[in-house]
Amino acid sequence: MSTAAATHDDHHDHHHAPTGLKRWLFSTNHKDIGTLYLWFSFAMFLVGGFMAMVIRAELLEPGMQFVDPEFFNQMTTVHGLVMVFGAVMPATVGLANWMIPLMIGAPDMALPRMNNWSFWILPFAFGILIFAVLMSAFGAGNPSAPNFGWTFYAPLSTKYGPASTDLFILSVHMMGISSIMGAINVVVTVFNMRAPGMTMMKMPLFVWTWLITAFLLIAVIPVLAGVVTMMLTDRHFGTSFFDAAGGGDPVLFQHVFWFFGHPEVYIMILPSFGIVSAIIPAFARKPLFGYASMVYATASIALLSFVVWAHHMFTVGMPLAGTLFFMYMTMLISVPTGVKVFNWVATMWRGSMTFELPMKWAIAFVVLFTCGGLSGLMLAITPVDFQYHDTYFVVAHFHYVLVTGAIFSIFAAAYYWLPKWSGVMPSKLLGELHFWNSLISANLLFFPMHFVGLAGMPRRYADYALQFADYNFWISIGGFWFGLSQVIFLVVAVRCAMKKGEPAPAKPWEGAEGLEWEVPSPAPFHTFDTPPVIK
Amino acid sequence: MSDNQLSVEERNKRTLTKLVIWAVGMFAFAFLMVPFYNVICDITGLNGKTSSTAATDAPAEVVEDRTVTVEFITQKGDGISGEFTSETKRVKVHPGEITLVHFYASNPTDSDMVTQSIPSVSPGEAARYLHKTQCFCFDQQTLAAGERKDMPMIFYLDPEIPRHINQFTLSYTIFDVTERVAGKNNSVAAN
Ligand code: HEM
Ligand SMILES: [Cu+2]
Repeated sequence: MSTAAATHDDHHDHHHAPTGLKRWLFSTNHKDIGTLYLWFSFAMFLVGGFMAMVIRAELLEPGMQFVDPEFFNQMTTVHGLVMVFGAVMPATVGLANWMIPLMIGAPDMALPRMNNWSFWILPFAFGILIFAVLMSAFGAGNPSAPNFGWTFYAPLSTKYGPASTDLFILSVHMMGISSIMGAINVVVTVFNMRAPGMTMMKMPLFVWTWLITAFLLIAVIPVLAGVVTMMLTDRHFGTSFFDAAGGGDPVLFQHVFWFFGHPEVYIMILPSFGIVSAIIPAFARKPLFGYASMVYATASIALLSFVVWAHHMFTVGMPLAGTLFFMYMTMLISVPTGVKVFNWVATMWRGSMTFELPMKWAIAFVVLFTCGGLSGLMLAITPVDFQYHDTYFVVAHFHYVLVTGAIFSIFAAAYYWLPKWSGVMPSKLLGELHFWNSLISANLLFFPMHFVGLAGMPRRYADYALQFADYNFWISIGGFWFGLSQVIFLVVAVRCAMKKGEPAPAKPWEGAEGLEWEVPSPAPFHTFDTPPVIK
Repeated sequence: MSDNQLSVEERNKRTLTKLVIWAVGMFAFAFLMVPFYNVICDITGLNGKTSSTAATDAPAEVVEDRTVTVEFITQKGDGISGEFTSETKRVKVHPGEITLVHFYASNPTDSDMVTQSIPSVSPGEAARYLHKTQCFCFDQQTLAAGERKDMPMIFYLDPEIPRHINQFTLSYTIFDVTERVAGKNNSVAAN
C-alpha cells in the first residue's frame, strides 16, 4: 500500500525501489513486506472463512445435506490450520514488519533479505495445503486432504493419515521455517536497531509483546517441526515414536504437540495485547496505566505458558499430582492476564474517551477476550474439563479468544494504522458497518456454542442429535452473517489501497503517541535513515 | 557513521547466530523429549507403562491381610483377526503372592504371524507396583498358521503397594508386526 518511492534517498544506491512485480518479489523493504504479509493473511482469512461456511452450511440442519462426513473432517482440519498459521500469525508478522521499525526509529528490519524469504515461503506452504484440498474436492478419485483435525493427533495422522499427510508435513515445515525466520528478524531488530535513546523500557508495548512472542516462536516452532518430523519417520522410515505396536506411545504425541501448542496460542494473542495497549491510551487520552507491570505480566504469561500444556489432555489419565499441577498452573496464568485487563480498564477510567473505529474494536476486544478467558478458566478445572473436553464449549472458548480476541485486535490495528500505511482515512461508514455487523454476528455465532457444548454436543462431527437443532441453526446464521461482514473490510482495504478517501494527516488520531506518527502519511518508502531524537 | 553501521551489522550477525543455535537446540529438544518421557514413565508408571523386563528378585513378604483385585482386558490391534483372550478376567491377590494367568492368542490365517503385545495399567500409578517375572509381552510371539497359543504371564504385586490402590486393570493390546519384522530383516539382508 505504500508507493512513495519518490521520496527515496539517492545516496543509498543499493536501496533502489523497483516497480511492478519485481518490487514485490524481491522486496527487502519492511513496509512492502509488511503489506505483503497483511494482504496474504487477509486472503487466507477469506479462504479459511469459506471453509467455515461449508462447515456451518452442513451444520445448519441436522442430518447430512451438502458434504460427506469425510470431506467435513477435511474442512474442520484445514480451516483450523489456515486460520492459525495462515491468517492470524502472518497478520501479526505483517504488523510487526510495518510497525516495529517505525516504533523504535529504525530504518528497516535488521535482516531484510531474510525478511523477503520468510514471506515468500508462505504462499508456497499454503499452496501445497490448499492443493490437497482442491484435489480432494475436484481431483480424480478425490484423494483425501488432511482430515485429522488441526491438532493432528497420532495415530490418526500417522498410521491412519491419508497420503496427503506428507504434503501437510512439508507444508508445516515450510510455515515453521517462515515463522522462525520472521521471529529471529524481530529479535535482532529490537535488540540492535533501536534509535539512540530508545531504551527497552521506553519501547511501545506492541514492540515488547512482539519481542516476547518472537522468543516464544523460536522456542516452540522447532518443537512443532520435531513432531512432524517424527510423524514422517513413523509413516515412512519404520520408527515407532507414536506407534504402540513398535514400543512407542501415542500419548507422547500429545505431550510434544501441546508443548508447542499452548505457547502457540499465546503467540497468537500477545501481539494483540500490544495493539490494544497502543490504541486504548490514544483514545482515552491518558498514558497506559501500569506500563512496567504490563511488560512483566507479558513476560510471566510467556514463561508460564511452558508449564500448562497438559490442560489440553486432562482426560488421558495422568496421575492425580500431574493433573493438579497443570490445573493450578493454568489458573495461575489468568493472574497476569487479569493484570492486563485491569490496566486497560484503568487506562480508560476517567479518560477523555472518544469512540473512533480502532477504539470500538479495542473495547470489544477487552470485553470479549475476557469472556474467552473466563471460559478458559472453567476448562482449567480438571473435573469440569472431563465434561467439557472435546465439546462445543471448547470451540466457543477458543473462538472467543481467537476471533473476538486476536482477530478483532488485528482489525483494530488495521483501522488505527491504515491512515499511516495508505495515506487515506478508512471509510467511516463502511468501518462502522463492518464493526457492528461483526460484533453482533460473532456473538450470535459463538455464544450459543457454550450452551450446546455444555449440553454435550461433541466438536468435529458432521451431524448432531436433534435437540441441538435450534441452537445450531442460529449459530449457522451468525456464521454466514459474520462471514459476509468481512467482505465489507475487503472493500475498506481496497479503497485505502486505491487511495480513495479523505487524505490522512501525519497524526490522524489526536491522542496517539509514538514515533510512527512523526513521519508523514503515507509513510515514505524510507524512514528514519537518520535516527530520530527520542525525548 | 560507516563505523557505526558496521558494528550494527556485526552485532546483528552475532544475535542471529545465537538465535539460530537456539532454534536448532529446540529442534533437538523435541527429540530429547522422547527418551525423557520414557524415563519418566518408567520411574513413575505415568501413562500405565509396566516394566518391559522380567522382575528377578522374589517378593520380600506376602501381605496376607490385604487383597487387591486385578482385572485383565485384551484388545486386538490392527491385523489381528483371531482370538486374543485371558483365561481369567479378574483375580484377587495378596500383595507379594505369585500368580499365574494364561492368555490365549490364535492365528486363523494360513501364514505365520509375528505378534507383539503391549501392556498398559489403569490407573497408571499402580503400574510401578506390578512386577512380572514372566510375560509374553517381553518378546515377540510367533503364531504359526492355524496355531492357538497358550501365553502364560506370572506376576506379583509389590508388598509396598499403597493402601488406596485396591483394584486396577491390566490391559494388553496385541499387534501383528509380521511386516515390520520382515522389513527390518530385509534391510539387514540388503546390507
Ligand atoms: C485465561 C486464560 C486461558 C485459560 C485458563 C485457558 C484454558 C484452556 C483449556 C483448559 C483448554 C483445553 C480445553 C479442552 O480441550 O478440554 C483450552 C483450549 C484452547 N485454548 Fe485456552 N485458555 C486460556 C486462554 C487462551 C488464549 C488466550 C487462547 C488463544 C489466543 C486460547 C486458545 C485455546 C485453543 C485454540 C484451545 C483449543 C485447542 C484444541 O483442542 O483445538 N486459550 N484453553
Ligand atoms: Cu492451552
